[in-house]
Amino acid sequence: MRNQVTNILLVGVGGQGTVLAGKLLAQVALQLDLDVKVSEIHGMSQRGGSVVTQVRIGPRVYSPVIARGTAGAVVAFEKLEALRWLPYLAPEGKLIVNDQSIDPLPVITGAAEYPADVLDRIRQAVPNATVVKALDIALSYDNPRGVNMVLLGILARHLDIEPEVWMEALARVVKPQTLESNRKAFQAGLALA
Amino acid sequence: MKAILSGNEALARGAWEAGVTVAAAYPGTPSTEIIENMARYPEVYSEWAPNEKVALEVGLGAAIGGARVLVAMKHVGVNVAADPLFTLSYTGVNGGLVLVSADDPGMHSSQNEQDNRYYAKFAKLPVLEPSDSQEARDFMIQAFKISETFDTPVMLRMTTRVAHGQSVVTLGERAEVPLKEYVKNAAKFVMLPGHARGRHPVVEQRLIDLAAFAETLPLNTILWGKDRKVGIITSGACYQYVREAAPEASVLKLGMTFPLPEQLITGFARQVEEVIIVEELEPFLEEQLLAWGIPVKGKEIFPRLGEFSPELVAEKLGAAPAGEEIAATATVTGEVPARPPMLCPGCPHRGVFYVLKKKNLVVTGDIGCYTLGALPPLSAMDTCICMGAGIGAALGMEKARGREFAQKMVAVIGDSTFMHSGITGLMDVVYNQGATTVLILDNGITAMTGHQQHPGTGKTVKQEPTHQVDLEALVRALGVKRVQVVDAYDMAAVEAAITGELAADEPSVVITRRPCVLLLKENDPPYTVMAEQCNQCGRCRRIGCPALVYRKGEAPVVDITLCTGCGLCAQMCRQSAIVKAGE
Repeated sequence: MRNQVTNILLVGVGGQGTVLAGKLLAQVALQLDLDVKVSEIHGMSQRGGSVVTQVRIGPRVYSPVIARGTAGAVVAFEKLEALRWLPYLAPEGKLIVNDQSIDPLPVITGAAEYPADVLDRIRQAVPNATVVKALDIALSYDNPRGVNMVLLGILARHLDIEPEVWMEALARVVKPQTLESNRKAFQAGLALA
Repeated sequence: MKAILSGNEALARGAWEAGVTVAAAYPGTPSTEIIENMARYPEVYSEWAPNEKVALEVGLGAAIGGARVLVAMKHVGVNVAADPLFTLSYTGVNGGLVLVSADDPGMHSSQNEQDNRYYAKFAKLPVLEPSDSQEARDFMIQAFKISETFDTPVMLRMTTRVAHGQSVVTLGERAEVPLKEYVKNAAKFVMLPGHARGRHPVVEQRLIDLAAFAETLPLNTILWGKDRKVGIITSGACYQYVREAAPEASVLKLGMTFPLPEQLITGFARQVEEVIIVEELEPFLEEQLLAWGIPVKGKEIFPRLGEFSPELVAEKLGAAPAGEEIAATATVTGEVPARPPMLCPGCPHRGVFYVLKKKNLVVTGDIGCYTLGALPPLSAMDTCICMGAGIGAALGMEKARGREFAQKMVAVIGDSTFMHSGITGLMDVVYNQGATTVLILDNGITAMTGHQQHPGTGKTVKQEPTHQVDLEALVRALGVKRVQVVDAYDMAAVEAAITGELAADEPSVVITRRPCVLLLKENDPPYTVMAEQCNQCGRCRRIGCPALVYRKGEAPVVDITLCTGCGLCAQMCRQSAIVKAGE
């Protein structure tokens, strides 16, 4: 991260909080005095579509988008999305998967089935993937919107960054009234990993 | 001080630092956040205009009045604002005026991917293309200088990646720029033919002067790399892709892409063996270089369609990807069902489109969240062309195919789109004696772009209370006698209203009203499926609600984290198997 560019891909379904997660990572990079670029798409895709936030942190970052096979970490907020974006993971990359399924439109209409073997396929491709029920954890803190923070807490263990930096960044990107619940969700993720 | 800003936030910051006091826009992805951010600065008057044309007219008035002005819109918004834009180019400004055109290569959220650099050339304006957030801020400040120095509106062209990409920006202080003196000058600002003939040569001379200025403008720079065989000319987001894909390459980075610096470009071309132009969409730079007789490779190797990426640029330049080799993980994922966008759970549009589908009507649609009603399982839209087109299109179909056809057809438009450019279409229906039935889907907000206020909501861009257009009174004033308001969640009422109005031999408007579900602070209690009463007929599936989860051989289950309690599924169920939880 300090010597070369680290790529992090946050993938999920519109409305799951990938945008805020990307903001937090960018703020962390800023506090470490590193260069950072974040790329995401707003608008129509946010209405329940497949969404991706791309984060690149390093001494000097040019492209805001990540090439296939180069993501040091892929954090999937929904397990089908983990499968969809798997080609972006670098060979030694870290895969974190929220064990939650949200049906896409073709499944809702009956045109397709939600694959029953998503987790099997993920584990076959990435045997050391971290799979967690982040929604249940977030709900246990009475914070259904805290899935993003649980997952970033897990990611934090794999990035060589002091917890204090995360906490300071968190205080800068979330509203004061939600800081405490987000902090708890983040720390629950951190404790898990 | 440094901050992480999106390109759009950085544009607003740059405009604020440049001393802007008036800003206007109509929301449109990927431009919306520019004015949302301007509205946070108390020193700036910011507004959502009813449409882009009005936004630019407010802007040009403020600029002629001596203020520095920012006007922002998406690429297709410039089509709407093109009329004032072309003649504003003749009059010039007084205080500086910058028009942001946010283009959308790849059509993430748009109906076409037009390249608006051609507007700059067509309207004879300079255009700047930032490649990241720092440049968005810096170029904005520079754009105001150019605007006032050369007495011209300046276009600042963004693309989605730059507008919605976030990166580090070094911030500056605000310059308080005093209002320029307003002096009446009819020969400059009243474009009678005689006056306009006087202005056109000024415009032509201005382009010559701007081209000379471009030769030494620091925004146009050469970065000599180790490789001097190939020289790459590029601008905007593509510049970043080139640096990523070919770090050794020699690059001429153009910050101002019209008018172009002929000497600078010719000199660069002479010092390399081969010139390659990397530009998304149209061969805008390429055409100019070819016209100057400089041999280049551009669209011969790069696509005209969609967004570029470092991967694509590396491949086309024949270079290896900058990062690690592409991994083989791609091969093991197998089939993954697509996840297109869809109407949200509890969306008030869903039931309306179900009724349209059930009645098998021809639907001339419009731009908004409700365009998603075109997708299965609702599939209830026949046309969607541009903002406001649906009503005129319905009248045209009726005139082509007759009254009988009109009885099987409706126009569908949202409240914000109706304010934008639906009013004139409806006026035409009344004036030219159509019998069109128009549905206004009134969710009380501009929803698709992220909930912006409009003249029908009663609030300004700063969320302050203001006059609220009375939609029913407005359509009545146009001469529509048959106006009904129904609850969008009540499918029986929606169906009865549409059936009744289609039979009427005169124009009618049905307003289906319910606030956008995403704006509700609290949802109704969720529904639940009583599995023992469900016969798995699949009827509820026809509304395509994301909160209903179906697995083979089982009764559907309601996802209570998604269900908003709208009750549409219960209206669909003939077994009364879907009930409000706890009842």
